[in-house]
Amino acid sequence: MPDIASGTGKRPVRRIILDAGIAAAVVAGMGVMRGVYSNELMLFNFIVFLTLAQGLNIIYGFTGYLPFGYVGFYGAGAYGFSLAVMHLHVPALVGMAAAGGAALVLAVILLPLLRLSGAYFAIASMAAAQAVYEIVANPDLESITKGPYGVSLSQVFAPAASYYAALAILAFALLLVVWLRNSRFGMSLQAIRDDPVSAAMAGVSVVRGRTIAWLLSALVAGLVGGVFAWHISVFYPDTAFDLSVSIFATVFLLFGGATTLSGPLLGVFILYGIYNAIGIAVPQYFQFTYGALIVALVLFLPNGLASLLTRRGIRVP
Amino acid sequence: MLPAGKPVLTGAIIAGIVFGLYFTLVGLGLNLVFGVMRIVNLAHGDFLMLGGMAAWWLFTGFGLHPLVAALLVVVVFVAAGLPIYYLVVPRLLRSRDSEMLSLILFFGVSQMIEAVTTIGFGATERSLPPRLLGVGPFIVLGTRLPKAWIFSAAVSALAVLLVYLYLYRTRLGTLTRAVMVSRDEALATGIDVNFVSAVAFGISIALAGVAGVFAPFILGSITPNMGVALNITAFAVIVVGTLGNPLGTLLGGIIYGVSLMLMQTYLSSWANLLPNLLLIAVLLIRPEGLLGRTVRRA
Repeated sequence: MPDIASGTGKRPVRRIILDAGIAAAVVAGMGVMRGVYSNELMLFNFIVFLTLAQGLNIIYGFTGYLPFGYVGFYGAGAYGFSLAVMHLHVPALVGMAAAGGAALVLAVILLPLLRLSGAYFAIASMAAAQAVYEIVANPDLESITKGPYGVSLSQVFAPAASYYAALAILAFALLLVVWLRNSRFGMSLQAIRDDPVSAAMAGVSVVRGRTIAWLLSALVAGLVGGVFAWHISVFYPDTAFDLSVSIFATVFLLFGGATTLSGPLLGVFILYGIYNAIGIAVPQYFQFTYGALIVALVLFLPNGLASLLTRRGIRVP
Repeated sequence: MLPAGKPVLTGAIIAGIVFGLYFTLVGLGLNLVFGVMRIVNLAHGDFLMLGGMAAWWLFTGFGLHPLVAALLVVVVFVAAGLPIYYLVVPRLLRSRDSEMLSLILFFGVSQMIEAVTTIGFGATERSLPPRLLGVGPFIVLGTRLPKAWIFSAAVSALAVLLVYLYLYRTRLGTLTRAVMVSRDEALATGIDVNFVSAVAFGISIALAGVAGVFAPFILGSITPNMGVALNITAFAVIVVGTLGNPLGTLLGGIIYGVSLMLMQTYLSSWANLLPNLLLIAVLLIRPEGLLGRTVRRA
């Protein structure tokens, strides 16, 4: 896993400015693009994956836990938003709070999963996401969740407002990562990731650190799920809990390089860019290429693009 | 909902045991690979699907009986498993966190298999006529079960028995168990760890293939994208029975089969929740599985 890299000689303040500058540039760029480029849905999906990849970065990059069922929080957020809007008729922003709340509640319920490690954790979180999906999509609960038939939220449909809300969430997620990369707390998380026993002996609270990272990561995914529901406004549980959302975010993150700020951004821009260029026309050929890329990535570049530089001692923002 | 009479209950339990034997076969290969290599083959369900496709193709194209197809699948899959092992696994095992990375790597493999199958066969559901494995019901203790179920369960039981004999009655099997206990010590005693593992990998996907041949009879039909859901099921089965312990899989499979049938009988719309909840519950309460020795992992 790349760096805690301190020996590059740059002052910490300059690093923070560089990190924050990248974050600001990405957010501003995605904001400007909306006026320039007409395919708003595609831009919106870019924001969704930029944010999810950073949300996953918070938990995987800084604690080493890789939740395959990350999409569970996204789906919980989407349904938190939908249920609040459908049953309580609240305005969209209150719905967004419900989305974040739903993801946090799920994260608290799943806290015991952090007792597991490695593949056990990954698979258990995937099973948890599936379980939430099975509950939401159950025909017996049609009166509450609309079961497998999907929800329609036309009363709050607002493409522009929801686009900017998504941008705000992206900014929030990027700031979280900038903060983790440059703060005492973020350093302590990386220490826990690399060696929990030594970190605990050095006085770092292991459980507290992991819990906070887990909740933050879930919150980001929940908010993204909520804004997805708001922007799309008609969707099915299959879409909100689609396992490929987790997988895409994971691959983007790994391709770019976890623990860095720019790695996941690059991963999304490059891979999701390719996907949008060729994947939609011929999905099977793309699926095959994608699978082959994942295999090659794990075998030859397991720490992502960023490791090409960090290996040579260059700090990647 | 059905009346909760005693015949219904016995019926559910007997059908559960029959299904459990089949699910043992589904999980067994995955467990063998985990036990020997400490990696999770997330493409296991896709190898199973390939076995099913092969059976369908051999029957519709050449009129071959599924039992013949199963034998062919075993030969081809073992032969295919060895090069796949040497291409991917030794390099994977040298990486920093092979257990974690294996999930991602084999997810990639699973995507490739799914894509190729969809291109070659199309995305439609395929099934085989159940009469191939016997006509009419088979009656066990007053419960009527399709003969195809009994046949599939019997083949599963035979496969489990053969794996047992391989592991405990052959030289290569003994070496395999040595690698399971400690890969490093096995290497130090001069065992060709890579060859032993490659054979285990081949056997593992051959078991998945055989399970696939009978999938149309037990699961109803096969589609190119059935792999992911089957993986969760297989994982639930082997975690319940203890990861890395092939015999525990039998226990896990039967517990899974019986609880699935009980759920389908009494609470059918919630039955799909079962593998997920079972998996999480066992992982949290007894992460080492029902037969495992206590090892703390986190």
